[in-house]
Amino acid sequence: MRLDMADRQLIDRYQRDLPVSERPYEDMARALGLTEEEVIERLSALQEQQILSRVGPVFEHSQAGASLLAAVAAPDEQMDLVAARINRAPGVNHNYAREHTYNLWFVMTAPNGDILEERLDELEHHLKLPMLRLPMVEGYHIDLGFDIDWEALP
Amino acid sequence: MSTSTSRSDHQLCDRDRELILATQGGLPLVPDPWAELGHQLAMPADEVLARFQRMQETGIIRRVAAVPDHYKLGYRFNGMTVSDVRDEAITELGKKVGELPFVSHCYRRPRHLPYWSYNLFAMVHGTSRDEVENKAQQIRELLGASCSGHTILYSSAILKKTGLRLRK
Repeated sequence: MRLDMADRQLIDRYQRDLPVSERPYEDMARALGLTEEEVIERLSALQEQQILSRVGPVFEHSQAGASLLAAVAAPDEQMDLVAARINRAPGVNHNYAREHTYNLWFVMTAPNGDILEERLDELEHHLKLPMLRLPMVEGYHIDLGFDIDWEALP
Repeated sequence: MSTSTSRSDHQLCDRDRELILATQGGLPLVPDPWAELGHQLAMPADEVLARFQRMQETGIIRRVAAVPDHYKLGYRFNGMTVSDVRDEAITELGKKVGELPFVSHCYRRPRHLPYWSYNLFAMVHGTSRDEVENKAQQIRELLGASCSGHTILYSSAILKKTGLRLRK
């Protein structure tokens, strides 16, 4: 995916600290030497192409509810079935297959800790697989993005 | 600083929840997004902006961003590096790993012995397996003798990925 310099700058500069001002896109335009209209057009196009998953707030799960990373070791032949069952469970918002004995890794969310426990217990009961529950104990770097090495991209 | 107090004291009211629901998929891409949201929520534009800023201050909104999809950008390889780090050293080393420019998330999580012995998780992205391997090696070197076990869990498929979705 080749992006021009202005698109790269938009992403580099605003993958955090997008201005929360009366006219955010105008402020961004001024900082990058573009027009407000250009900023809006570029962001819309990048969103349309799904290069940006969205332009907006990233919410703190622990403030708006509870969440937990969990993993199960699904037998290879049952992997699809188990994954589908996990995806159907209320509150699951991420589910990744990973190359390990623990091969399905998902994030369960809920409005509060009690409901979270209930949801995990119920899912564990349905799956009939022991579940690794991995709450965050300390956060050292919490999803703030990372520097993109544009030259290294295909 | 009384940040922690104001955080725990802050309760989400219904109007805030409406605003979260309206913005969790993104802000309107129009010159005055607050007026547009105000129109949807039957709320004055300045109230929308003030509530949004208040949620930022209290930490409910962690960041406001143009959020890139790293996979779409070309980072096809995603490695969750996990390490078994001495408890006495993990806080200091975790912070250092979190500061590496290529680490997107870094957390301490509990061990579950004997099934799971790793307590430090750092997410690394790359355009090839070699690149992820190389970055993971840098983490391993930084951890040094405090690390007694380390592996990389590559993702083989994204089966579901959505942002926080608040339900009514």
